[in-house]
Amino acid sequence: MKTFKRSLMAAATAGVLAAGSANAQISDGVIKIGVLSDMSSLYTDLAGVGSVLAARLAVEDFGAAKKGMKVEILSADHQNKPDVGSSVARQWYDVDKVDVIVDTPNSGVALAVNQITKDKGKAFLVSGAASSDLTGKACSPNTIHWTYDTWMLANGTGSAIVKTGGDSWFFLTADYAFGHALERDTEAVVLKGGGKVLGKVRHPLNTQDFSSFLLQAQASKAKIVGLANAGGDTTNSIKQAAEFGIVKGGQNLAGLLVFITDVHALGLPTAQGLIFTETFYWDMNDQTRAFARRFAASNKGIHPTMIHAGVYSSVLHYLKAVEATKGDDGTKVIAQMKKTPTDDPLFGKGSIRADGRKIHPAYLVEVKKPSESKAPWDYHKIRATIPAEQAFRPLADGGCPLVK
Amino acid sequence: MTEILGVPTQALFGQLLIGLINGSFYAMLSLGLAVIFGLLNIINFTHGAQYMMGAFAAWFLLNKAGIGYWWSLLIAPLAVGLTGVVVERTMLARLYKLDHLYGLLLTFGLALVIQGVFRNEFGASGLPYRIPEELTGGYNLGFMFLPKYRAWVIVASVVVCLATWYVIERTKLGAYLRAATENPALVQSFGVNVPRMITLTYGFGVGLAALAGVMAAPIYQVNPLMGADLIIVVFAVVVIGGMGSIMGSIVTGFLLGIVEGLTKVFYPEASNTVIFVIMVIVLILRPAGLFGRER
Amino acid sequence: MAVLFAVAPWVGLYPVFVMKVLCFALFACAFNLLIGFGGLLSFGHAMFLGTAGYVSAHAAKEWGLPPELAILAGTAASAALGVVTGLIAIRRQGIYFAMITLAIAQMMFFFYLQAPFTHGEDGIQAVPRGRLFGVLDLSQPMAMYYTVLAIFLFGFLVVYRAIHSPFGQVLKAIRENEPRAISLGYDAERYKLLAFVLSATLSGLAGATKALVFQLASLTDVHWTMSGEVVLMVLLGGMGTIFGPVVGALVIITLENYLAPFGQWVTIITGLIFVVCVLAFRRGIVGEFAAWMERRRARPGG
Repeated sequence: MKTFKRSLMAAATAGVLAAGSANAQISDGVIKIGVLSDMSSLYTDLAGVGSVLAARLAVEDFGAAKKGMKVEILSADHQNKPDVGSSVARQWYDVDKVDVIVDTPNSGVALAVNQITKDKGKAFLVSGAASSDLTGKACSPNTIHWTYDTWMLANGTGSAIVKTGGDSWFFLTADYAFGHALERDTEAVVLKGGGKVLGKVRHPLNTQDFSSFLLQAQASKAKIVGLANAGGDTTNSIKQAAEFGIVKGGQNLAGLLVFITDVHALGLPTAQGLIFTETFYWDMNDQTRAFARRFAASNKGIHPTMIHAGVYSSVLHYLKAVEATKGDDGTKVIAQMKKTPTDDPLFGKGSIRADGRKIHPAYLVEVKKPSESKAPWDYHKIRATIPAEQAFRPLADGGCPLVK
Repeated sequence: MTEILGVPTQALFGQLLIGLINGSFYAMLSLGLAVIFGLLNIINFTHGAQYMMGAFAAWFLLNKAGIGYWWSLLIAPLAVGLTGVVVERTMLARLYKLDHLYGLLLTFGLALVIQGVFRNEFGASGLPYRIPEELTGGYNLGFMFLPKYRAWVIVASVVVCLATWYVIERTKLGAYLRAATENPALVQSFGVNVPRMITLTYGFGVGLAALAGVMAAPIYQVNPLMGADLIIVVFAVVVIGGMGSIMGSIVTGFLLGIVEGLTKVFYPEASNTVIFVIMVIVLILRPAGLFGRER
Repeated sequence: MAVLFAVAPWVGLYPVFVMKVLCFALFACAFNLLIGFGGLLSFGHAMFLGTAGYVSAHAAKEWGLPPELAILAGTAASAALGVVTGLIAIRRQGIYFAMITLAIAQMMFFFYLQAPFTHGEDGIQAVPRGRLFGVLDLSQPMAMYYTVLAIFLFGFLVVYRAIHSPFGQVLKAIRENEPRAISLGYDAERYKLLAFVLSATLSGLAGATKALVFQLASLTDVHWTMSGEVVLMVLLGGMGTIFGPVVGALVIITLENYLAPFGQWVTIITGLIFVVCVLAFRRGIVGEFAAWMERRRARPGG
């Protein structure tokens, strides 16, 4: 019943607006941005409400109101379930006339939305999901993968660490598709760089106790223990590694998917020395710091993660493209976005490739010692910068059908 | 170095010890479940959430009131146990005349509510809780590095489990408890306040879960969902041990911890499922569980 | 009811939403057969929904089977799993039964999480709907819709027939008093097993259909929260009533749909409904309604 009423209302407003608006290209006169994120579980802090906030800030900074554009932001929780996410996406496109979906941490959900967006000819800006398939075999003319991906994480962390002397590895891998992919990609990079893999162990997803696996890692005497897992598994393994004196014993932990919010949750005494890759750190220049201050002020003090930054940056670029094409047709806007170089306060200048991959530099960071941290959220020092053209998978290697 | 199936014996000792630590948590949790089940005939699905509340209580005491780990070991179980008493009085008590399944459904709903509220309040990434100063560092046993804190967990849980067993099986209070399980009306006629005894038992079982939670806080992330999946494993432990058997649940808890630990070495892929597989086998061979009696 | 659902898409109801309700209604009806009439609370029914989903999705996508065979394959897989699980779980009753089904379902969950063909967290995506019997193109929303409706009605009638057959009567007798039923010469175990397998099969039918509708088979459908959800639907709608599960499914799915923007509240509200139902509303919506009608009729001059 509710859906029925809502669609009636939508139809009514659409009619009124179409009659009154000179800008007939924008369907129903309003640009609707749907933030589809995890609002209740694993990724709440690193995406979630923060992503909605980031989208709002982008709309403000674009100056939509001044330019006479009506922009509306919707949000929903996909609960990390592909079926929930895909039904929200379908309904948003079919009933609520949403023009673009953004964020979507969790690769499973993102791949589902990717398919639906393509079928409906809308636009999808992925910031939260990791799977490099989104610009590989699942690439779509309606999707842009903004912030990071698994290939970039594996490559950034793997090659940079090998170069700085960490040439023997032991993998702690979450035993499912995502973990396997991370492990496989990283292992390839390590071997290519002349390093060797001394062993690996696969742990079940959502393991509480890592001590057994950590003992095996310790016994391997590898210099680097690579954590090919995510979320609670990563934080638990880092916490217990500290307990078993892994880092004190001279081994280093390399997180393959770690966010600043994870570091915050662990606390510096536990997380110190952890090495990982990200594409955005709030304390890089005046512009990023200004953004972080604004962001944290309305987000319980939580500073922006790279995912939040990606949502901001992608929405900004999207609105520019809508302005340029004077329309909100998904396929056309995405094509316009790919054509124009990107420029925003958070990622600087960049570009978008034919396969939908947004290109920017990546940073290998190390978590500071408690004594080095001067202020709250002063967590990372940048060990190396991977230039934009090397940070992501070469265009030809992805197997994206859009690339001839 | 001698090896068993390609694994050095020394490393194996380490893994056995680790298994024992995990077993400590299984034992304490399944003990609480068994005690509650014994008297109330209710499977307490909220147990996992109450374990989580114990860990959060410890975090609160430390961060909001400046009360450290040792006092938390006492205060947190009491506080969480008290919430258990309230739950029993206001809700569970209404269900005793009904099918036991309603108790399961109610506690399941409660677990969802509690976990949901905590997740709303504290997010899902978890909160840090440091190992108490006295127990940082570890012993080098030669074959492994044993953190002091883990050693403490084993010792403490063995003591707690045995004390509970002693109270229930060897004291007069325990005799009343056991008698009330068999025939509440008779015990009531002896002048024992059975409803109050039931309430306190539930509070005690919940307190045990909270105690396990406090002990887990420094090892695992204090996380709203830390008990959600664990509780299902503990259910399986209880089924294997045989429900209602106090000693059975303790022994099975430790034993399965070790079995799981060994699986992590020889076939880590199965370490999540091994307990369930054992459960199926036990059910086929001994439907009442290893230590249970057919009722 | 059939008419109601048949016209639903023409009065502006979003068809995908109604199809979701139909799939879950069938799942709930199958579950109700077990709990409402057999008195067996399974806390692992998600494994049947999910298994069928995975098998039919795999069959349709990787083996290229037409939709009717894919659904059949999924349903058969769930039926087989139902036989195995049933043989183990039927050995114990009441709470034990609930815990055993839960544990076996958890085992299946981890199996699907690790098995390569399920693609772990990503699930089996972009499952082709195909052409039903080689003619009906299911990628047309309306064709899919009426197919789902037909499947639901078929499942519903099977449950209805089962309940009103001698088999259903014996099942109820066993629920009320097992020893008496046994002394009357009924093999209680066999009846319970049959009910369990039937319930598993129909749950499988629901899961297989759902996979085709959403073109997706994922871990959600095998997770224990799904098992809890179907218990809730039946409890809320009314255990042991014919239409209760359908009403329960409708309410819960609508609620979830409506609450999607306030994601964090879904679990809390679901939990609260559980608590309220158990404490004060044990007959469920349909049950309470029937009781109310009964009271009205009983009132003199009413």
